[in-house]
Order: sequence, then structure tokens, then C-alpha cells
Amino acid sequence: MLAFPTLCLVTLIVTQALTKTYGGRVTALADLSVTVEPGVIGLVGANGAGKSTFLKIMLGLIEPTDGSVRVLGLDPTVEPDKVRSRVGYMPENESLPPDVSAAEFVTHMGRISGLPRTAARERASEALRHVGLYEERYRQIGGYSTGMKQRAKLAQALVHDPDLLLLDEPTNGLDPAGRDAMLALVHRIGAEFGISVVVCSHLLGEVERICDSLVAIEGGRLLRSGSMSAMTEASDVLAVEVSEGAPELAAALEALGLPVRHEGRMLLVPLESEEAYDQILRAVAELDLPLHRLDQRRHRVAELFTPKETADV
Amino acid sequence: MSETSVIHDIGYQRYEGPRLGRGAVIGALVVHGLRVAFGLGRSAKAKIFPWLVFGIVTGVAVIVGAVRAQADIVILDYVQFADTMSWLIILFVAIVAPELVSRDMRSGVLPLYFSRPLRAADYIGAKFAALVAAVWLLLGVPQLVMFLIAAFTTDDGMRGVWHEVGDLLPAWAYSALWAVLFAAISLLIASLTGKRAFAAGAVVAVFLMTTPVFGVLQTLPSQNAQHLAGLASPMMLISGVGLWLLPDTNPGWSVGRFGPVYGIEAVALIVCCLLLLLARYRKVASL
Repeated sequence: MLAFPTLCLVTLIVTQALTKTYGGRVTALADLSVTVEPGVIGLVGANGAGKSTFLKIMLGLIEPTDGSVRVLGLDPTVEPDKVRSRVGYMPENESLPPDVSAAEFVTHMGRISGLPRTAARERASEALRHVGLYEERYRQIGGYSTGMKQRAKLAQALVHDPDLLLLDEPTNGLDPAGRDAMLALVHRIGAEFGISVVVCSHLLGEVERICDSLVAIEGGRLLRSGSMSAMTEASDVLAVEVSEGAPELAAALEALGLPVRHEGRMLLVPLESEEAYDQILRAVAELDLPLHRLDQRRHRVAELFTPKETADV
Repeated sequence: MSETSVIHDIGYQRYEGPRLGRGAVIGALVVHGLRVAFGLGRSAKAKIFPWLVFGIVTGVAVIVGAVRAQADIVILDYVQFADTMSWLIILFVAIVAPELVSRDMRSGVLPLYFSRPLRAADYIGAKFAALVAAVWLLLGVPQLVMFLIAAFTTDDGMRGVWHEVGDLLPAWAYSALWAVLFAAISLLIASLTGKRAFAAGAVVAVFLMTTPVFGVLQTLPSQNAQHLAGLASPMMLISGVGLWLLPDTNPGWSVGRFGPVYGIEAVALIVCCLLLLLARYRKVASL
């Protein structure tokens, strides 16, 4: 038990120049070096960016061509069993047998993870309760909706109480309400269960809401990584649209010491303090301009990625 | 966690209990496979076939045993019993092998297995052990029934019982050989497709197609050809190994002096099937 707290302090995932090429031609991952602290981590990238390859390398299912990787302080290429017993994996594709009940299936998966029989049954019930399938757990999986199947997949990844969950596109195929519910669940697992989660998604807007940190990859290369707080710091912006007199307003605001950016017909003013909002409103009122729109928006992480993305292309 | 929330606390509990090693995991998978083979813990529909086969085989054993006890006519001895039941066994492995491996492939459940501390070899080993055990039980239990009938009706007392034991044990070993070879071949075939019906058809076809080859070779004038004919068919191959190792049996043909060839082919075939299976699953596991 004494060793455990120190294990917790180990960095969740560290990669050094991680590279994976298939047959020397197709590059799935190129020179990926990233350090990830525990929490909920969004792994973002377009389809084919190398997210699934990265997950499989972390599970020790495929060997990297070059570079090194450590998960929970362990090297999955050397000790895959140790890593896998502490990691839960939810694949992207359909991966459930249709003609058994969720309770039976998750129990079986618990046993395959090394839980004794009784513990497996108890933990399976618990896991299914946490994902919200408690009532339906004795129904055959074949009769489940897509959302329920995704939850069952999550439950089997959770049954052996892992320290890290790897979720490959958990919101795939879900309707908006289902997406929100799944994301809330993932967030809860990270925040309340004390389990670190890596969520893969090709939708940045989706994961940025629930993540503590983000890793964005494109074409197998690291685009950017960092904590959400660092990325979104001081990034609240007020978008002001007036039907005329925009230049005058911009001049007035700049005179007040507020940096103004133009975006189409809108003026974007960073909201650094509470007063800024009042100052802007007052400026509009004093100039007696017809105000069309006043939007306070959180600077989306997507915008943080945009400049670099375009520079890369 | 705050004091007030304790009453309603249905929060997440970390697992502090024991975690078993790979041996226990493989054991769990073998038991699971054995249950699947006999449809235990599944719908009534899944139980029909295996238990029908089991019923027929046991029924035959009871009849054979009873006829021998009453009329003192030996219709089938233990070894011949295994040979005679071979078609039912083929049907059994044709249904059960796809149930064990094709299902997993079809439902995409394999990534869930292989993202756990389970190797491709462990998975294959467990499925193989489960099917071997199932087939062996299918033959061994009726053979035991025959033995019990014979043992309780013997006229020679303890000596008669010992004599029966001496007949039963080699026959059990012979049944195990059937089980190992049939399990290896049928699992390999079944692992190639995710469609259970295709897999079942392919397994039956492989055994069915090779039997006429044996028949044709048997009609050749050369005696060596006749003796080697059994090598062409897995069923006759086992029969040939039986002829070689258990010379008292008399299935109506002979392997001559080629007994060891049959033995070598049987071992090579089993090893080959298992290695191919392993290669197949090494590939699947890394997907």
C-alpha cells in the first residue's frame, strides 16, 4: 500500500518521438512526443489521424516502429500484461455479442480481467449501474439501442476498476441527447471515480467541454497539447455587431484601452474584467449606435488550433 | 466526500480485492467454452443440439451395454464405439467449434479480449481445451456407461471388472485422440470465418470430402496403397492410429506395417492446425 501513492504521482502517459509506420510507407504516427498528466484527456484528430494507432500502442497491441512510450509508468512494449490489467479499453467498432445479457457479458469480461467469480459479478452490476443500464442488465444486448450498446461497452471497460480508460470515439452513432449523456458520464468517471480517461474524438467541440487537457494530432503528428485552462486562459470574448458606425466604436473602445479585433462585420473585444463589459455597453450607448448583436462567447479551443493548422498545411 | 452525502452515497467504489493471474483467466475461459459447447447458461434453443447428440450417443451406449449383458453379444467394443460414433462427433464439432470461435469473430468481441492480459496463445489454448474436453466427454461418458453396465453384470467378479478397466482406459485415450484431432481441425476451419453456418458447413465438408478418397484408395490393387489409404482422411487417420496402437481392434481394414506413419501424421496434423490457429490469432489480436 505504501508504494501506491507514489505510483499515482507517475505521469499518466509519456511518449518520446513515437513513430509507427506500416511497411515503411504508410505513416500512422510520426515523431510524437507528448506528456499527459492524469485527468480527462481529449485525443483529437480527424479520421485517420492516428488516434486508434496511438491507443493500440498504449495497450501494447502493436509495437511502435521507433520511439518510446510509458503508460502509468510502465512500458507497454515490455510489460503489456501489467499495463492492460490497469487499463480499460472501449473500442470504436461494434464489439458485443448480441445473444447474451449485459450482466452476463460484463461479468465474463471481468473474469477475463482476472477478477474472482463473485467479485466479477458484483463489479459487473456496479459498472452497469454507473453507466445507467442497471434496469436493463438482464436483457439481451442484441435488443439494445445504439446508446445502450455504447454504455455496455463502457461498462465492460470499467468492470475491473482500471486506473486509465481508453475510449475510442465513445459518442459514435449517438444522437445529440445521447452524446451529451455519454460525455457527462465520461466527465463523471474522470471527476468522481478518480479514473483517468483518454477520449478519442474527431469532434473537438465535443470533447473540449469535458476535458482537463487536450492532445491534438493530425496526420500522425502532434499538433498541440496542453491543459484546457492554459489553452482557454483569458479567452472570453465579447462579439459586438452594430449595423453602422463600427469604425467609430472601434476607435472609442481603443481609446478606452480595449484591444479590438475585426471579424467580418463584428468587433471582438476580449473581456479581461467585469468592467470591460460595462465599458463596451456604455461606449455603444454614448455613440448612439444601432446595436445588432452582443455575444459573450467563450473562446473555442478550435480557434486556438486554427492558425497553426493552416500554417501546417 | 462530505459528511452529508454519505447517506445517499452510491458513488464509485474502487476494487481492492485480489486480481488473479493468467492461469486463472485461462481457466475461466475454458469453463466458459465448455458451458458454451453444451449450451449451459444459454437459451433452450442452444441446448437442443448438443444434448440431442449426447442423448443419442449415450442411448447407443446403453443399448450396446444391455445387449452384451443380456445376450452376451458384443455389438461394439469401447474402441469400435468411438469409431462408430464418429459422424455424430463430426456434427457436434461442426456446430460447437463455430460457436466457440466464429461467434467471437463475428461480434467483434476479440479486441475486448486482447486488450486484457490475455495472449493469442492463451485464447487458442483455452478454446482448444474446451472443445477437446467437450468431445472427450461426449465419447468418454457413454464409454463409462458401457463400462458400468459391463462391470455390474460381469460373471467373473473382480477379475472381470479389472478386465473391463483394462479395455476402458485405452479406449478413453483413443477417444481423447479423436477429440484432440477433431478439435484442432474444426477450430482452424471455424476461425477462418465469422459466419457460423459457413463454418459448420466447411467443417462437415472437410471430413465428408476426404472419406471417399479413402474409399477410392482402398480399391487400388496395391496392398501398400490400401494400407496407406487412411492417411487421406482425418477419420481414417485416427482409426489407423488405433489399429497401430491397439492391435486387438478390427475395423475391417489394416494399416500393415505403416502404423508409425499414421502416428506421425496425426501428431503433425494436430501441431500444424494449432500453429496455423496461433498465426491466425496473432494477426487478429493486433488489429
